[in-house]
Amino acid sequence: MEIRKNAAAGTLESSDVFICVEPYGQLSVQIQSVVQEQYMEAVSNTVFQVLEEFEVKSGKIQVNDRGALDCVIRARMETAIRRGGSR
Amino acid sequence: MMRRTMLFLPGNTPNMLINGDVLGADSIIFDLEDAVAPDEKDAARILVRNTLKYQKSSACETIIRINPLDFGEWKADLEEVIPYKPDLIMPAKTSSAQDIQIIADYMAQIEEQAKIQVGSTGILPLVETVLGVEKAFEIASAHKRVAGLFLGGEDLTADLHCKRTREGQEIFYARSRIVCAARACGLEAYDTPFTDVEDMQGLVKDSQFARSLGFSGKAVISPRHVETVNALFSPAPEEIEYAHEVVEAIQEGKRQGKGAVSLRGKMIDAPIVKRAEQILDMERQMFGGDFH
Repeated sequence: MEIRKNAAAGTLESSDVFICVEPYGQLSVQIQSVVQEQYMEAVSNTVFQVLEEFEVKSGKIQVNDRGALDCVIRARMETAIRRGGSR
Repeated sequence: MMRRTMLFLPGNTPNMLINGDVLGADSIIFDLEDAVAPDEKDAARILVRNTLKYQKSSACETIIRINPLDFGEWKADLEEVIPYKPDLIMPAKTSSAQDIQIIADYMAQIEEQAKIQVGSTGILPLVETVLGVEKAFEIASAHKRVAGLFLGGEDLTADLHCKRTREGQEIFYARSRIVCAARACGLEAYDTPFTDVEDMQGLVKDSQFARSLGFSGKAVISPRHVETVNALFSPAPEEIEYAHEVVEAIQEGKRQGKGAVSLRGKMIDAPIVKRAEQILDMERQMFGGDFH
């Protein structure tokens, strides 16, 4: 899936994650998390797994995690990708 | 299945979806309808699907309220959640047997495609239109997936062109009709939520009245209401004790070859025995065994 327009999903509420995607020449992923000291690796792994599942090869991806569980990060990533991307 | 409380949780709020099963309700309802803004329907569906897939509760039953048939989101709602086998689908604004048939057929189609057993998920119709109330029996008997009837008072009063009040006189007929229709089909009936979160006295009165009409449980929109409603739809200790006495008296009467049995100076007839058996069944569901 290719990111063709700016899109966002999620919120900055506790246990949620706010994702922004926008078209970009290469893949750039920025992650901020309120639990980054403990779970940065896990959050990052989930973000990259979803990008791989949806075959996103380029785009600027910004992730602002407010302590979301894995299933929430997956859901918000998928929503943002579907909203901003097309096959 | 005991459903004293069914707690509504907004489908696009992770904090509530994830923690909903520890709040003491017998069932949780992930809401894809009124609690979700129109431009967030896609996000809510994906979030609810992922919650079912990765975090499905084993502590309580999971129900998904889907959008009504006349609001073009219901198919997408079902497509996302049915493969992950929620316990029940609650279709909003169910108004006829045909509505149930359309939804059940589409559920079966998705189940076949997902290679899961057809019929894995039941249907709990939300009756909240005047037409739905009038066709309650038809809805309850429309399909073997139907697990009960649930009355929605807020939309109903709008359809009735009247005001929803604390006392609830305006929905008395609908409440009675829903209970009769469900019971006539051997199903359970569930009452509309009491929507004033702060008014605990009103909640108690409303719940007691609903139980007195024959409802088995009640939806709640706040975790603060769960404990009170659970207690009000549970048999009291003296009811449980009396139910055990009834069953023991009947058994003793049979052993002694008596045709008629009395307890505490009163004859025990068939309805009393049936009620005692219902209470003991609830006791088993509440405590997982016979604690007498």
